Amino acid sequence: MIYLDYNATAPVRPAVITAMVDALASTGNPSAVHQAGVAAKRVVEQARQALAEHVGAGKDQVIWTSGASEANSQLLQAYAGKPVFAPATEHPSVLLQPVDVQALPVDGQGVLALEALRAGLKAAEQSGLVSVMLVNNETGVIQPIREIAEIVHQAGFELHVDAVQALGKLPINMLTMGIDHLTVSFHKIGGSLGVGALISNNLTALQPLLFGGAQEQRLRAGTLNVPAIAGVGALMQELEQLQTLPDWQSLLQQALPEAVIFGVDAPRVGNVQFMAMPGVPSETQVIAMDMAGICVSAGAACASGKTKRSRVLEAMGVPEHLAGSAIRISWGWNTQESDIQACISAWQDLYYRKQQQAA
Amino acid sequence: MTHPVKATAPIYLDYQATTPCDPRVVQVMLPWFTEKFGNPHSRNHAYGWEAEEAVDMAREHIAALIGASDKEIVFTSGATESNNLAIKGVARFFKGKKNHIITCVTEHKCVLDSARHLEEEGFDVTYLPVQPNGLIDLAQLAAAITEQTVLVSIMAVNNEIGVIQPLTEIGALCRKMGVYFHTDAAQAIGKIPLDVEAMNIDLMSISGHKIYAPKGIGALYVRRKPRVRLQALIHGGGQERGMRSGTLPTPLCVGLGEACRIAMLEMTEESERLRTLQDKFLSIINKRLDDVYINGDMVQRIPGNLNISFAFVEGESLMMGIKELAVSSGSACTSASLEPSYVLRALGVEEELAHTSLRLGFGRFTTLEQVEFAANLIADKVLKLRAMSPLWEMVKEEGIDLKTIQWAGH
Repeated sequence: MIYLDYNATAPVRPAVITAMVDALASTGNPSAVHQAGVAAKRVVEQARQALAEHVGAGKDQVIWTSGASEANSQLLQAYAGKPVFAPATEHPSVLLQPVDVQALPVDGQGVLALEALRAGLKAAEQSGLVSVMLVNNETGVIQPIREIAEIVHQAGFELHVDAVQALGKLPINMLTMGIDHLTVSFHKIGGSLGVGALISNNLTALQPLLFGGAQEQRLRAGTLNVPAIAGVGALMQELEQLQTLPDWQSLLQQALPEAVIFGVDAPRVGNVQFMAMPGVPSETQVIAMDMAGICVSAGAACASGKTKRSRVLEAMGVPEHLAGSAIRISWGWNTQESDIQACISAWQDLYYRKQQQAA
Repeated sequence: MTHPVKATAPIYLDYQATTPCDPRVVQVMLPWFTEKFGNPHSRNHAYGWEAEEAVDMAREHIAALIGASDKEIVFTSGATESNNLAIKGVARFFKGKKNHIITCVTEHKCVLDSARHLEEEGFDVTYLPVQPNGLIDLAQLAAAITEQTVLVSIMAVNNEIGVIQPLTEIGALCRKMGVYFHTDAAQAIGKIPLDVEAMNIDLMSISGHKIYAPKGIGALYVRRKPRVRLQALIHGGGQERGMRSGTLPTPLCVGLGEACRIAMLEMTEESERLRTLQDKFLSIINKRLDDVYINGDMVQRIPGNLNISFAFVEGESLMMGIKELAVSSGSACTSASLEPSYVLRALGVEEELAHTSLRLGFGRFTTLEQVEFAANLIADKVLKLRAMSPLWEMVKEEGIDLKTIQWAGH
């Protein structure tokens, strides 16, 4: 089986597994004062330092969570009662909070409409939060965070960036990019599931989502997931010697000129292609790919069994017939060029078969 | 089975803080990191389907251990989240209709903190006291329930003193009064038989790392018939039937399931073994020391926990003297502070005595040799510290009752 659904989740890197198995083999609650507890705490703090350095933050700004959904929930809910703005292409863990989130339009490429942002902030009666994904989970489109940050700060708002699909794919620096709050998780790039972090320049703005225990500066109770965090430490070391993936995006584009690629004219990360095969429903493509031994996705992995139309494409103004023909192909650290070639062949086979049927 | 705790490490006797992950659990988890790494919510390919199947199998193992159905298990990041979700989730769902919850002063910090937070949101909270044996008084519970009461949250087994609350009686009372019963079973599951039907439990918090599964995973049992309604804390993709969003960590879910499966098979035998260890420990301590007090009921307790006060010994000095042992003077969450345990204080243990207490936790990988070594080491150190203590001298050799002394202020 060829796995091309890295934006859903990724295989865990060997170095991360080694670190996790080591941590699983030792006992210790990082909150306990004896030797076993102290050793567990050391592992956690090393990973915290490495993560902080990777994103241009201080160690004490990092709050470990169980994942990005928790981090986004915690951050967004802290702004309940205040104006909160987010592009309509955000992840549901930003848009579907019990907070009044005002959706901002994006252009046809999925890039936030900066004028709409300015206008929205100007009309707000008090300051609040703007939450923007650095890299979109479906299209890979990169938002112009520096420009957004400038507008946001001029209006006296704070900027939250969900960088789940950006970490390890492009440099992140909270300081130079003007990011006040950052959400990350690690399982899209070969870290473990079950861990994430909320990193904040303004911890006083936060409130605990989970109460009890003095862990994480009283902002997140619960015994820390030491093995998964040990894995983060190992992952950060791997990222230091990160080799950029070959340009398989261009390869796909050139091999499949009939494909409509969403966000193609916007800056994008190089590991994902959200594209439509005109006239062929997503489901048909996914099944054909599956029969060819290739795992791709019709969109974001979500809770409901139904294949829904992508909200991201809807926000981008993609016509329904085209959106209904979209599949997402995403790859990562363990992908080979032969995997991409196999995907291209399967796509072409289906496409030409459908062309013949139609003729 | 190899001992997962390294031979050079101190003897681990803090099983209530966390347990080593059972090597059998680790083995079952590993493939789900590597070749079977799919996202259980991916609907379009086999990686997703096999992950979903594994997660559902784990759900069944957890459910089986507590007499529930797999559809009633919601995965969380741990018992802290489960407790927060149960207490705040139910209360907030019923906000405007009912505004009172009942809990107990010896609950885990995350239950108490959740309750305090609800007070800030306008709820009334009754914190039941406990009797000197650490158990609640059922008559007091009955008297506290009003028409405004929506939830009673009483832990199954106390994390510091190991006493088992009368769950069946509490459950029956709550059912009769039409009030939801939540129990924090982090320290109970896999150690004592639990049955959500027989005990009329509506919500139950479960922790992975207290039962030889990894950290970072837990579950909340949420009854379906009659259905318990709650408001989610973590929102997003709508996983776990909307009660808990976020990608399920398949390997961790599988680990918790396997730990429950093992517990189901081995619980009876393991309890007997732990009972033997506990008896051995106590017999050595009782033979060599007097003025030693076991905190909490001696009958209604799990076998793997002893909380002992050693009179006339300074707790910190005792801890310093037993570096070969990884033990705790209270719960891990609060042990970094030097305050005496609020649980012991609630039992009526005096502050000085509370300061002299150790929590000893025995578990799956504790051996008889370790227990004997630990008991003798503690006895040695207590005797040594008492020999240096002027208070001990006053009491033992001069027969002075310390309580009658008027200490000079300074």
